[in-house]
Amino acid sequence: MDRDKLSVLAISDSGFIFDPVTGHSYTANATGLRIFELLKEDKSEDDIKSVLMEEFETTEDEVSVDVDDFIENLKKYFLI
Amino acid sequence: MKKEYIKPYIKKQTAGIMNKFGVSYNKGHREEIEGVPVGNLTDKFGSPVFVISEKVIRERYRKIYSYFSNKYPKAKMSWSYKTNYLDAVCSIMHQEGETAEVVSDFEYQKARRLGVPGNKIIYNGPYKPIESLEVAFDEGAIVNLDNFDEIIKAEEAAKAINKKAAVGIRVNMDTGVYPQWSRFGFNLENNSAFNAVKRIQHSENLYLEGIHCHIGTFMLDSNAYREAVRKVVHLMRKIESEFKISIKYLDFGGGFPSMNKLKGTYLPPEVAVPPVEEFIDAVADTLLEELKPDEYPDVYLETGRAIIDEAGWLISTVDAVKRLPDGTKSYIIDAGVNLLYTSTWYNYKVEIDRELHGAYENSIIYGPLCMNIDVVVESAFLPPLPRGTRLILSPMGAYNVTQWMQFIRYRPAVAMIMEDGSTEEIRRPETLDDVVGPERIPEKLKKFEL
Repeated sequence: MDRDKLSVLAISDSGFIFDPVTGHSYTANATGLRIFELLKEDKSEDDIKSVLMEEFETTEDEVSVDVDDFIENLKKYFLI
Repeated sequence: MKKEYIKPYIKKQTAGIMNKFGVSYNKGHREEIEGVPVGNLTDKFGSPVFVISEKVIRERYRKIYSYFSNKYPKAKMSWSYKTNYLDAVCSIMHQEGETAEVVSDFEYQKARRLGVPGNKIIYNGPYKPIESLEVAFDEGAIVNLDNFDEIIKAEEAAKAINKKAAVGIRVNMDTGVYPQWSRFGFNLENNSAFNAVKRIQHSENLYLEGIHCHIGTFMLDSNAYREAVRKVVHLMRKIESEFKISIKYLDFGGGFPSMNKLKGTYLPPEVAVPPVEEFIDAVADTLLEELKPDEYPDVYLETGRAIIDEAGWLISTVDAVKRLPDGTKSYIIDAGVNLLYTSTWYNYKVEIDRELHGAYENSIIYGPLCMNIDVVVESAFLPPLPRGTRLILSPMGAYNVTQWMQFIRYRPAVAMIMEDGSTEEIRRPETLDDVVGPERIPEKLKKFEL
């Protein structure tokens, strides 16, 4: 996973994300933004799942599937 | 306090073409079917389960029959067994007054077993075994013949039971639609239909009583029916004057569409599918224009899909969620294409059993079969679904529970929501005995050691 790309992204509090390298823009929801923050803090995937479980009403199974799915999406968009 | 969890999403922004119709076909949730909570149905009958509404069937039938009979005085309707021949469904139709329209010896026997008298059965189809023709003639069924070989076969059957039997002929014609259904019946334009009548009228054991046609399926243009009625009435006149006989009935079959979305169509069914009244107008108005009141024959419609399709749903359950390598979201549900024959040509309406938050995305719904072809819905616009979410697919009442196939799993229950809101199991789920019952193992194959 290449997290260097994350540092060049312009991310607004409302969830608008702009990639100045490609010119593409994206929208993410609050949970997605939180994962972005944790990735930028260089947290491991397991750490990210633990943080989300502490902060949100969710289960380990659900968050595990969702974080994996979200990161797959970021790879698909070449954002990491 | 912890915050409410909403599944994370990210979506790339693309400039697309706006949909000027503003209809999102696959968006929505449904907590109940005809007043019965989805959870109650799955608790009682399991998942997947086909659900059929008695109330909707009766309403649809009454609406169509009332409209037709108000327009044409000798209107009759015959239930197309092949569309859905579950006993409970057929019984509703017969209670409403529909006769039975069957297309095989099996369907004929099923109607008789249910208590339909032979003279209230229309026997159609391109293949009728000679034994079944003997029974049908003996019991006074309406038999519509398909080809010249069948005329000869019918003659033999009538002779065998020492009877001069009444028959009809099925005809096909150009009604301006493509593809033209020319494989069933005798063609009108090349005179084959008239020659068939000539052959029947010269027979010692047969005589002509009716003309049948069925111009296509899921027809979206009612003008084709106007053309069919016009051509059949002209044929009737020609036959009556040439052979000095009176045609007792005309049968215009079915083919009216339901509110299902045909694959490859752009518009949603609410826009693309004309109301059923438009088709009945086409038949009845043309009859009234073409016929004099003293020559009104009985006129049958064999409407199947337009009555039953929207009275059926399938409840299934999401068993797994998968992101495909190309980024497409996919779900695996517990009902496959073996149960959903009509998934070949329809994009079903997909509803979920609860309100879910999150970004909607186009998703593929796969069935549980270990087969690459098991794609139930190619593209459904869905929010992120957790495992265990119930998906309600519709319209589901036509053709699925007749054309479904037992394959690697048991076929599920079919439930009916009765008019009073109670629920009944009208077909129980299959068991191992149901599947292996007809099998036999040769003696030498019975033992093995591993």
